Amino acid sequence: MTIALSTDGLAKSFGSLAVTRQVSINVPQGGRFALIGPNGAGKTTLINLMTGLLKPDGGRILLGGEDITAAPAAARVKRGLVRTFQINTLFLNLTPLEAVTLAVCERRGIAGHAWRTVGAHRDAVDEAFAILTSLRLGHDCLRLTRELAYGQQRLLEIALALATKPRVLLLDEPAAGVPRDESAELFSAIAALPSDVTVLFIEHDMNLVFRFASRIIVLVAGGVLTEGTPQEIGADPRVREVYLGNRGHLPATGSVGGGHAHG
Amino acid sequence: MTGAVVRPLPDPHAFLARRARWSAPEILFWLSTLLPFWLFPDYLSLASQIAVWALFAISVDLILGYAGIVTLGHAVFFGIGAYTAGLLGKHGWGEPLSGLLIAATAAAAVGFLISFFVVRARHLALLMITIGIVFMAREAANALHWITGGSDGLQGIRIDPVLGRFEFDLWGTTAYGYALAVLFVAFVFCRRLVNSPFGLALQGIRENPTRMLAIGSPMRWRLQQVFTFSAGLAGLAGAVLAQTTETVSLESLGFQRSADVVIMLILGGTGRLYGGILGAVIFLVARDQLSDVNPRYWYFWIGMLLIGVVLFMRDGLLGGLSRLWDRVRGRGA
Ligand SMILES: Nc1ncnc2c1ncn2[C@@H]1O[C@H](COP(=O)(O)OP(=O)(O)OP(=O)(O)O)[C@@H](O)[C@H]1O
Ligand SMILES: [Mg+2]
Repeated sequence: MTIALSTDGLAKSFGSLAVTRQVSINVPQGGRFALIGPNGAGKTTLINLMTGLLKPDGGRILLGGEDITAAPAAARVKRGLVRTFQINTLFLNLTPLEAVTLAVCERRGIAGHAWRTVGAHRDAVDEAFAILTSLRLGHDCLRLTRELAYGQQRLLEIALALATKPRVLLLDEPAAGVPRDESAELFSAIAALPSDVTVLFIEHDMNLVFRFASRIIVLVAGGVLTEGTPQEIGADPRVREVYLGNRGHLPATGSVGGGHAHG
Repeated sequence: MTGAVVRPLPDPHAFLARRARWSAPEILFWLSTLLPFWLFPDYLSLASQIAVWALFAISVDLILGYAGIVTLGHAVFFGIGAYTAGLLGKHGWGEPLSGLLIAATAAAAVGFLISFFVVRARHLALLMITIGIVFMAREAANALHWITGGSDGLQGIRIDPVLGRFEFDLWGTTAYGYALAVLFVAFVFCRRLVNSPFGLALQGIRENPTRMLAIGSPMRWRLQQVFTFSAGLAGLAGAVLAQTTETVSLESLGFQRSADVVIMLILGGTGRLYGGILGAVIFLVARDQLSDVNPRYWYFWIGMLLIGVVLFMRDGLLGGLSRLWDRVRGRGA
């Protein structure tokens, strides 16, 4: 089993607040991992560290066995480590077509070409349009991003990530704020990714976590509390305690360890 | 949402082709730039000044309107272009086209060096860096008065006829034709650039740098590239001014000039290339007319216009006009 992404003793503090405490995880290639934990546990921070938006105070990050701790953010993307954002991070005044075409052009190394028009790069446009239609954004991809419904903007987050052809995809609450029926659909699109693509997703809805994750990592107060299969996590009293201590935070609190574990 | 009816998907290629195509108003606009030759023969020198400033404003639009880098120091490159072309003309290199090329290259080279600082700063710090550079450049030009002529300006520039045929005349016919031709050629290049993948990347940087990182874009390098190109264009504008007026003053690389070009661009509208042209027309025609009435207070009116535009027309006058045009066409269709 080859390890796609791992961290080794990763640490980060904001002032006196330790937000990431000695986090060591291993995600094998093709894994479908969920990262769960209460609000403020440091989940987003961990993704920011792995993708290079934040510099760790200590520890290492390895992508496919290579140390990328010091690599610039854009270089990590070039190596296939890609993320989406919990809070929409989009080009509001571009159309989704332009945005995804830009991402495709960056991947293909033609985004520096300044003479031929975007439309003249037909392959790139076709590829972008195919990604958008596969996420059901085809009809609205010629409107400005700022005019799209929130759920569509969440899908565009994923479209932009897919356009970079990720080998390891980190999804930060991709379905946050999306209606229930649509969020299952959104996760189906993620589940349909090629099986060699490694996925690590943050999600608060336990139904989705139990349905789509093969393994779950539980982060509490910046440290890894435990890791295991959905059944193991569902049966773990410590996990139940953490979530019951945050009553009202999880829509499906009662279902932790409940009948939703499809295993 | 009628689920039963299958809506056809839009055609992305047609959409992008429509974006890049020359529109009827555009073609009409460029044809109308020829009108001053017949309609306003007394104003040809004003017209060539407008062409120079329009080119300068377009150079700023590339970095400010497209890539989102604010600058109040772009006159440095305008001035380098002007002094380079002027010095060449003064010391016996009177051939104008090669003079332009050398001047633009010099400005671009300095722009490239400065771009290393510019891409490392944002917001207020960036503004201060660009202002700092313009102050330094002006004082340096003043101190080097044996080369630049200092506050007396650079005199004694001699420029050969364009293409060996069109001599710069007193009426400014050649000057305007020359400035207009340079403006148009540079515009065609810029228009291609903003419609290219590179142009898209610039807009991406303006819209959301974090997202650019997340799609793996080498943002700093792209910014350095466009900054260098923009500096070259500003240098080109300065060179045209030096060649057509056969003089260069210290003001050409001053802070005031840097601020004026940004004002023009904001008035006209950023991020659409034509905004800079419209802004230059309004600014310079207003200055010409208002300073006849009261030469000392014409900035009062510019100030009022600027506030009005920023408050009531989000994307400048051109933004307002294009919304009007869309509505008219929307009705017609
Ligand atoms: N840039 C920052 N500066 C200071 N504190 C920060 C910063 N970013 C995050 N924090 C703090 O670090 C802690 C962890 O934040 P983080 O966003 O990683 O949590 P999370 O697990 O993603 O939570 P949520 O489920 O709400 O998204 C929080 O207490 C937060 O306030
Ligand atoms: Mg978070």
